[in-house]
Amino acid sequence: MPGDLRAMASCVRPGMRIALPVDYAGVSMAMTRPLIENGAGDLHLVCVPTGGLQVDQLIGAGLVAMVETSAVSLGEAGGAPRFNQAVKDGTIRLRDATCPAIHAGLMAAQKGSPFLSIRGLIGSDLLRHRDDWRVIDNPFGAGGDPVVLIPAITPDIAIFHAPLADRFGNVWIGRRRELAAMAYASALTLVTVERIVRRNLLSDETTAAGTLPALYVAEIAEAPRGAWPYGLWGEYATDTAEIMRYASAARSAEGFAGYMAARAGVQA
Amino acid sequence: MILAPLPREVLIWTIARLLEGVRHVAVGAASPMPAAGSMLRRALDESRTELRLSILGSVANNFFTNGSTELFDCAGQGRLDAFFLGGGQIDGEANVNLVGVGGYPQSRVRWPGSFGSAYLYFTVPRVILFREEHTPRVMVEKVDFISAPGTSPAGVHRPGGPAALLTSKALFRFDRDRPGFTLESLHPGCGLADLLAATGFAFQHDDDPPVTPAPDGATLALLRGRVLDELEETYPAFAADWRRDLAAAQPAA
Repeated sequence: MPGDLRAMASCVRPGMRIALPVDYAGVSMAMTRPLIENGAGDLHLVCVPTGGLQVDQLIGAGLVAMVETSAVSLGEAGGAPRFNQAVKDGTIRLRDATCPAIHAGLMAAQKGSPFLSIRGLIGSDLLRHRDDWRVIDNPFGAGGDPVVLIPAITPDIAIFHAPLADRFGNVWIGRRRELAAMAYASALTLVTVERIVRRNLLSDETTAAGTLPALYVAEIAEAPRGAWPYGLWGEYATDTAEIMRYASAARSAEGFAGYMAARAGVQA
Repeated sequence: MILAPLPREVLIWTIARLLEGVRHVAVGAASPMPAAGSMLRRALDESRTELRLSILGSVANNFFTNGSTELFDCAGQGRLDAFFLGGGQIDGEANVNLVGVGGYPQSRVRWPGSFGSAYLYFTVPRVILFREEHTPRVMVEKVDFISAPGTSPAGVHRPGGPAALLTSKALFRFDRDRPGFTLESLHPGCGLADLLAATGFAFQHDDDPPVTPAPDGATLALLRGRVLDELEETYPAFAADWRRDLAAAQPAA
């Protein structure tokens, strides 16, 4: 395992709130094992806006106290086995959400605002179980018109994977703008990339538009095929067979441990 | 001779019929049938109008450039006309449960979660509930957990909501005022007694309900040609399975 991944993982301390991206946006699977070896637990994961393999593996490794998410699943490979077991056993706390509520919370943080209001949610059991959300009547309306207030989500650290970065610390995220939203909202952002280029991504307007400036990025490390077994847009496809192997193995705690041990040399 | 329509082709054609007049439809990541129905609608409409189709997680069928929030922003503004929702449980008032059964938060059976349902159900005018499994454990009298409610009290901003429920057995339309489902048609091979036994909630129906229409020859040719080819990019496993079914149904020469 490259030392810089391990060094990046050591930024994560017990009890931190960590933002992780949806499976198709650029998941830094390369960081999963360093995070597990780093061992900082009691983590509060924020899935932007849903979670998958990485979330399931961190839960399986016993590092997670709370999951704030709109869903956790392995997509075509079915349910997330360690997440489902942890829910059943009551070993993790849940903040079930809906996708736009997570986006709204990050957007509030991005603006330095205490909250954002969103439509929907009224009458759902999601709202009933969220004591951190509030309902007010639209103050600009003629009376009535309830809206839900979502407090700012301010993660300590955001972690994701992207195709490229430059040696000035800028990261190209293309049209996956949720990666920028995560970085804007978080105190610290750790990024793994397929490759680091010499040219400045901001000096060409074509790449500048899809670039997250270094201002928001704390650390970058090279990790070729760092999203595997997830795919990375424009680079490589998802290895669905591998995710299915995981789904099948991780149905038991022993199977999960066996899978993780067997992949020790493969991952990162 | 054209091979008779397969059950899945009747469902896909029904989805395309439900999308008539729609200009922008979005489909969730793991939804090959809704995607196929939308692709068929797009092909049928193309001489008159351009149907925009967004498939979450797809590259070829995704024109969004503002990340995964853009779909919801679109819907919030009324720029999305139709969407599909499934559910581990669906009840007679069109409440959907995507979270789990047997208590919350410590559920005995946990499903992935609510995704965007608690928002899109409110904001998208034509939400089509699509769930192939039609059994009493899915079609329940009352859901264990409301991910998104079927209706809202007066005064709640709600331009959107359920329009229809399509399953492997039947097509229902939803009446928001009553509220409740009315049987529109039974799929070929399904009887009313069978449907009543498989459904945990009460619904209105005729004594002799019509049969869900099957696609005609030209539509079938479009489905098995262009739509199947288009679908292959995003749903290769589903497309291969469909081709296998077609080959198996081919009468021996």
